[in-house]
Amino acid sequence: MDIKLTIDGKEIEVPQGTMLLEACRKAGADIPTFCYDPDLKLAGSCRMCVVQPKGWRNLVASCVTPAQNGMVIETESPDVVEARKVVLELMLARHKLTCHTCEKDGECNLQDYCYRYGVTESRFAGKVHNLFKDDSNPFIERDYDKCVMCTRCVRACEEITGARAINVMDRGHHAHIATAYDGNLEDSPCVFCGQCIMVCPVGALTSKIAAGQGKPAQNDKVLTTCTYCGTGCTLELNVKNDKIVGVTSNRDAEWSPVNRGALCVKGRFGWDFVNSPERLTTPLIKENGEFRPASWDEALDLAAEKIKGIKEKYGPDSLSMFSSARVTNEENYLAQKLMRAAIGSNNVDHCARL
Amino acid sequence: MTQEYRVLLEHADKINPESAADYIQVGGYKGLEKAHSMNPRDLTDEVKKSGLRGRGGAGFNAGMKWSFVPQYPETKYVVCNFDEGEPGTYKDRIICQKNAQALLEGMAICGHAIGSNNGYIYCRGEYPFVVEMLKNAIGNAKESGALGEFNIEVRMGAGAYVCGEETALIESIEGHRGEPRFKPPFPGVEGLWRMPTVVNNVETFACLPYIMTNGADWFAGIGAKSYPGTKVLTLTGDIENPTYFEVPTDYLLRDVIYELGGGVKGGKKLKAVQVGGTSGAFIPPQNLDTPIDFDSMGAIGAALGSGAVFVMDESRDIVDIINRIAKFFEHESCGQCTPCREGTFRCKEIMERINTGRGSLKDIENLKVLARIMQKASLCGLGQAAPIPITSTLEHFEYEYLRKLV
Amino acid sequence: MANYMDIIAGCKDKPGGIIEAYHAIQKEYNYIPEEALKEAAKAFKLSEAQAFGVATFYSYLSVKKRGKYIIRMCESAPCHVAGADEVLKAMEAYLGIKVGETTPDNKFTLELSECVGQCQATPVVTINSEPVFNVKPEMVPGILAGYK
Repeated sequence: MDIKLTIDGKEIEVPQGTMLLEACRKAGADIPTFCYDPDLKLAGSCRMCVVQPKGWRNLVASCVTPAQNGMVIETESPDVVEARKVVLELMLARHKLTCHTCEKDGECNLQDYCYRYGVTESRFAGKVHNLFKDDSNPFIERDYDKCVMCTRCVRACEEITGARAINVMDRGHHAHIATAYDGNLEDSPCVFCGQCIMVCPVGALTSKIAAGQGKPAQNDKVLTTCTYCGTGCTLELNVKNDKIVGVTSNRDAEWSPVNRGALCVKGRFGWDFVNSPERLTTPLIKENGEFRPASWDEALDLAAEKIKGIKEKYGPDSLSMFSSARVTNEENYLAQKLMRAAIGSNNVDHCARL
Repeated sequence: MTQEYRVLLEHADKINPESAADYIQVGGYKGLEKAHSMNPRDLTDEVKKSGLRGRGGAGFNAGMKWSFVPQYPETKYVVCNFDEGEPGTYKDRIICQKNAQALLEGMAICGHAIGSNNGYIYCRGEYPFVVEMLKNAIGNAKESGALGEFNIEVRMGAGAYVCGEETALIESIEGHRGEPRFKPPFPGVEGLWRMPTVVNNVETFACLPYIMTNGADWFAGIGAKSYPGTKVLTLTGDIENPTYFEVPTDYLLRDVIYELGGGVKGGKKLKAVQVGGTSGAFIPPQNLDTPIDFDSMGAIGAALGSGAVFVMDESRDIVDIINRIAKFFEHESCGQCTPCREGTFRCKEIMERINTGRGSLKDIENLKVLARIMQKASLCGLGQAAPIPITSTLEHFEYEYLRKLV
Repeated sequence: MANYMDIIAGCKDKPGGIIEAYHAIQKEYNYIPEEALKEAAKAFKLSEAQAFGVATFYSYLSVKKRGKYIIRMCESAPCHVAGADEVLKAMEAYLGIKVGETTPDNKFTLELSECVGQCQATPVVTINSEPVFNVKPEMVPGILAGYK
């Protein structure tokens, strides 16, 4: 059943159970959010998405308030704007303002919203807690002096990855994100998938591997499929001067249908081999104990000749093919076809079966 | 009117609160018997008709709350909120220590109305001795058969004011951090372990046996029309008789202080009184002739809340007390939502500045802005109520702030 | 002294009973030792980070070692106006420690608390949850001498 409501003077219809946030966006309103994430359980806690229902005493968080029939909503009333400005100022009051060197510069929600609402400084500036976490792991930088406590990282860790490595510790203004006993990620169940980096709306969680090589917001983005395993995750390569300088998530279901941006440690952090000077770019043939570069034709001819020789001498069952999850289904199909049809052996196996 | 009117506390200190037999001897468990003779809908209607409103602070009609609970699910819960954490409040402890069986009976009556045999009492961690007592009282009542099929388990909080908020309380029973849930859904539909749950205060439950025994009309006829019954108050601060009283709800605040309370300590003049606990408004002497009921208090910008009455004499430094209260909220904010987590901390910071003579007019302006947004945009009642002592004293005692500025 | 494994096993069947388990552990140890927290996490099917999050949320629970007697000075408004600050100073002076610290002999830990619901007799101090009423600074040595 559809319900009717008015948003910024525009009448719209939405299905029963629709949250106001979605209804407002449908009506064309641009609602700012920090804690809201369409792939995670709702939190309703940052209070950035507040809107004003006519006749109600308080503002409501649109992400967790169901639209009701006949509601009249204002999304940028003076009260709403004041509340959002104060929320931003309260966040700013504890935020390490080092945007010039921040990896998130240019795609940071806090920065964008402060720009939008003209918040240059905080009236509530005062004591700041020193929450930077000097975590020796090689992958994830944890600078909680930039954290806005949206808890998206905690929810992503539990709901997407299932690691449950982090949680909120303590309470009130002292609350912050921590592993058990506030230790390092390496000593926790963290699998360094970096989903926490993916969902962080500010610069609190960033990639150490990509740090300093180009701000993601300024890099060219090239979508590709991860080659590490057969899952087929979409990677968003960050490219600068024709070199890969990082991997980020594309969360669009259309572009990233398999993983929706979620990655594992290899996909997110293991891309340095691409530009490695040690990377093989031609086949090598071993002669007299030494490798020498060869052409593909030469290498394939040599391999075919050797295989043929073995088959003739010892029979087809002396050969087996061990294939890989890192190649596509089609390639795996061809591999077994080659074995069965061309060589005549059923000795075919695959690493994913181990 | 200068007399107490004792309903819940009529037999205080004359019966053993752990003993169902003692309680039955003074008429106990008759209400449950009557409730069992009625169908649940009529029972709920009877409670609705009595006008009983929540005694925990929100003042919601109890029968109405029950009527939101859907019929169909098999598992439902009756939860007693015994997390009274409002500073200056200890009335629920008194009710339990004097008349625990009435609480148990009240919960069982509610259980019959909503179709549940699962009761929980969430007692604050400050009262481990009351937890023991309640466990004995439940054991005794179960043994005597007085509670019938209704079961009650006691769970103990661990020092978190916010768990007095019903959804934070539910989270805590579930073994989680006591962080309030956003609403809707309300507990009546989705509460403990996501099943329909009625959460009522100790005092609310304890009224039920008397409503059932004496009838809804009897209860509706006591005290204020819109908030009938009695209320147990606890008097603290600069008062001659710092103790508890049970009074009808149309009792005047002035009489609470000057008649029952024996007046301001040492015969001093009254400066202010804060009703309802630390989140209550500061009431100036000119508003003393107000009945204590929910709506009359609301009309003067105050709240009956938990029924704590904190009296401050003429020598008290309002700013110093507000500073202390600001520290309380900073300590008790759960830290979930931005306005409360950051707002309570900055309020405390600004109050400390003003209290130590380092504040400016700008600080007062900022305090007002912060208070407004915390009230309007916080996730739960804690953040929404935390600025009330500040705003009410800025309204009535602004000069105390001004004289402390740089 | 009961073993924390037994204590946790005793609470394990209560749904959501981890806070009950923490209370029971603290009754024996006065705080929640790290191994006990990890065991509780397992028993209640939480991650250690989640169990730690619960333990650090509540002010009556502590993940740091504490003394045999935990003194909690109430500083809520009714106790504040009744002179809680002076009593606290007297406590600190007598014990030679600050709030949050434990005496070198591991006997006393001094903490602040909010209202403990005994406001008929302010200021109130609790020692291992037992309230002591109408405390005056000069009473502090006498009160604490009673705890061996």
